[in-house]
Amino acid sequence: MSDVLSLIIAKYNYWLYVILMMIGLYGMIAKNNLIKKVVGMNIFQTAIILFYVSIGYKTNASIPIITTADTAHGVVVRAADYINPLTSCLMLTAIVVSVATFGYAMALAVRIYQRYQTLEEDELRMRLSEE
Amino acid sequence: MRVIAFIIVCLTGALLLYGTTEFPDWGDPKSPASLHVSNYYIEKTYEDTHAPNFVTAVVTDYRGFDTMFETAVIFTAGLGCFLLLRDFREKKEHYYQHIPTGVILHLKDEKKSLPVGKEFGYMDKEWVPPDLINKTVCRILIPFIQIYALYVVAHGDYSPGGGFQGGVIFGSSLILLAISYDLKTLVKRIKERLLGIFAALGVLIYAGTGVLCLFMGGNFLDYGKLAPLLPGHSDHIRAYGMLVVEIGVGIAVMAVMTIIYINIVSEGRHDEGL
Repeated sequence: MSDVLSLIIAKYNYWLYVILMMIGLYGMIAKNNLIKKVVGMNIFQTAIILFYVSIGYKTNASIPIITTADTAHGVVVRAADYINPLTSCLMLTAIVVSVATFGYAMALAVRIYQRYQTLEEDELRMRLSEE
Repeated sequence: MRVIAFIIVCLTGALLLYGTTEFPDWGDPKSPASLHVSNYYIEKTYEDTHAPNFVTAVVTDYRGFDTMFETAVIFTAGLGCFLLLRDFREKKEHYYQHIPTGVILHLKDEKKSLPVGKEFGYMDKEWVPPDLINKTVCRILIPFIQIYALYVVAHGDYSPGGGFQGGVIFGSSLILLAISYDLKTLVKRIKERLLGIFAALGVLIYAGTGVLCLFMGGNFLDYGKLAPLLPGHSDHIRAYGMLVVEIGVGIAVMAVMTIIYINIVSEGRHDEGL
């Protein structure tokens, strides 16, 4: 029991992201409303973004920007002093893409509502089978 | 359905949690993600590009191709919203406001129309006068938000910031204008055609910088070859190239955010909405 507990404490960040991601996945599968599904997708994306940013973190490291004082005196830049810039880069673009996909999904939802006057999935399925 | 979903979610979560036991600890400097290429980026970025912000340098220089197509993705999202929602059909009922008196007229006959100009203006069906406090606060705040957005774009390679962030801030200032006044005010200030041109122009600036580098004898997006065209010390030329590209990204993101907002709230009619 104490093994499991120490494991959870050492890696609690991953536990949080997995829980968040599963909330998003549950929303995408179980919710009936299309907007709620899109919100679930956004929560899922947020969990992945947090996961990426957290694996780039280093203890006792600073943000990945050189201060001007360091550059002026020719101080050697050590990799352990700055957090991993690569994960931040990947997530920067992922955030923007998630906004774009969210906007497009909303546009699709507006079109579906204009045509069928509903966003509930079961009602939509009924309307489609009637046609 | 809910039970099945719950079981699937629990199984997936348990599998993922089982996988995390092999993962590096929180904040471990020796974790695999922080070993190979990321160390090169941290140690050599300043020598290579003279940009103090590693993230901007990696986004726009080392991974320039990725970011270019990322901008294209944004552009495509805006284009998709426009094509899905834009509705050019005339409305059946028209509401007008007599501007000198403020009287609102409702024209039920769809064939007749009033001349829109100094005397009459179009009016929303469910129009409520904007709240004075909201209007005043937003009117004071919007210029500062826009200045801050320009600062974030321009200082992208020196401090936290960049084209995506600055573009989103600028776009949200325009959206704030539409929320605090009404959609007509925004559409009157910035024409739809202008937004479309801006969205395309941003992508064009990015790709054009790459092609310019080709013409100057380098590789695609090799900013070092732009030295004869840009002012300043030749050491900093890669940072300047990044700035040009960031401006392109900022313009594209700003225009696309506004296009998406306008099209969604007005269902593509661009007349009334939130």
